[in-house]
Amino acid sequence: MSIDWQLAMVTAVRDETPTVRSFTLGLPGWAGHRPGQHIDLRLTAADGYSVERSYSIASEPERAGEVDITVERIPGGEVSPFLHEVVVPGDRLEVRGPIGGYFVWEAGLGGPLLLIAGGSGVVPLMAMARHRARAGSRIPARLLFSSRGPDEIIYRDELDRLAAAGDGFAVAHTLTRQQPPGWTGYARRVDEQMLAEVIEPLGAGVRAYACGPTALVETVANALVRLGLPPDRIRTERFGPTGT
Amino acid sequence: MGERFVTRGFVGRREDATSGPMGGDERRRRTPPGQYLTTDFPVLSAGPTPRTPLDRWSLSIEGLVSKPVSWSWAEFLALPARDWVVDISCVTKWTHLDMRWRGVSVDTLLEGLDLDPKAAFAIAWSDGGYTTNLPLADILNSQAFVAYEYDGKPLAPEHGGPARLVVPARYFWKSAKWVRGLRIQATDEPGFWESLGYNNRGDQWREERYTDD
Repeated sequence: MSIDWQLAMVTAVRDETPTVRSFTLGLPGWAGHRPGQHIDLRLTAADGYSVERSYSIASEPERAGEVDITVERIPGGEVSPFLHEVVVPGDRLEVRGPIGGYFVWEAGLGGPLLLIAGGSGVVPLMAMARHRARAGSRIPARLLFSSRGPDEIIYRDELDRLAAAGDGFAVAHTLTRQQPPGWTGYARRVDEQMLAEVIEPLGAGVRAYACGPTALVETVANALVRLGLPPDRIRTERFGPTGT
Repeated sequence: MGERFVTRGFVGRREDATSGPMGGDERRRRTPPGQYLTTDFPVLSAGPTPRTPLDRWSLSIEGLVSKPVSWSWAEFLALPARDWVVDISCVTKWTHLDMRWRGVSVDTLLEGLDLDPKAAFAIAWSDGGYTTNLPLADILNSQAFVAYEYDGKPLAPEHGGPARLVVPARYFWKSAKWVRGLRIQATDEPGFWESLGYNNRGDQWREERYTDD
């Protein structure tokens, strides 16, 4: 069965940070997805010129008939500036999916769950966190989230709420470039020591998912192997330096 | 979808036909459908980068061959190698033109091995458990090589070093990183990504990204 292109209706647009925006795509025929999967998006000009990009799905599968994508605006990019500057509710976009079957976590897979994100790499991990909450899972889960500064933390308020729910989900932030006065979180790039501290309360049998820039993911995956996680329990997704 | 859908307000960023060392027309002609050009070398992998010490590394050809063969790292480096300048397309949408590698042709690896007449497929397998499947017809006749240098330098671990298979005519997941062997078979057998929704053949010019594309 092939994955056909379908027309999505943009039903909502929401700013997450000054450079990151979420789009809700209404998909009446959506067959559902698993947290961590992505969609392909195709833009076509009047003369037939077209481009495609992949975007992780941010929303949980429990929301039927629609998905959210969260897109960072890349200066000089071809697709993300269009999505940010032109697309408004009521527009239609061609998408197909869901795609990808490895970088996926569902409550049924069990835990404990360790999520490590750099910047907009948080998007597929957010689908996992939202799914965990919506499914009523009590599987212990922790997110280590690296952002440059306080204004660049994607989903900040929602992450605060998820962590305050008392159902076993915790968030540790690190701010690598700029920290607000009184900041009590981490203030450096993710390293092995930080990972050891974040993973410690989770105990044995951790499943880890890391998504972000290549350098962060490479650091995280290597450090988790040194910390004793079996390589097949470490799943990675990276975006390279192009990011357009 | 029958009639082509047009995205409201989308114009796109067109290549300047005269810019760059290569004309825009030439670059467009060499860019498969749905791909964009980059000069980076993005890293994609599903898990941690495996690190096998070179003194424990070997490359094997096994399966439907009269006699399986295995080379140590030193033996592999002693095989006839050549430079390859090829265009690479990744299913994640990037295409990088004129990537310069050094490596050993699959033809060289299979030379004198006496393939069984039933041999039709190769399963490339790697450190870390990765596999990918290829018809022999897709990797013979200078269509594939095992690379150990990229851009004049030893192939970096995150790019598949010490050695990776390179099959330029297919999406890059077929170019198994950290390759350790080819298993020759009579029957096809989906590899890692081919079992997870990606296309069995992966021809970027036919845009065979996902199952049944």
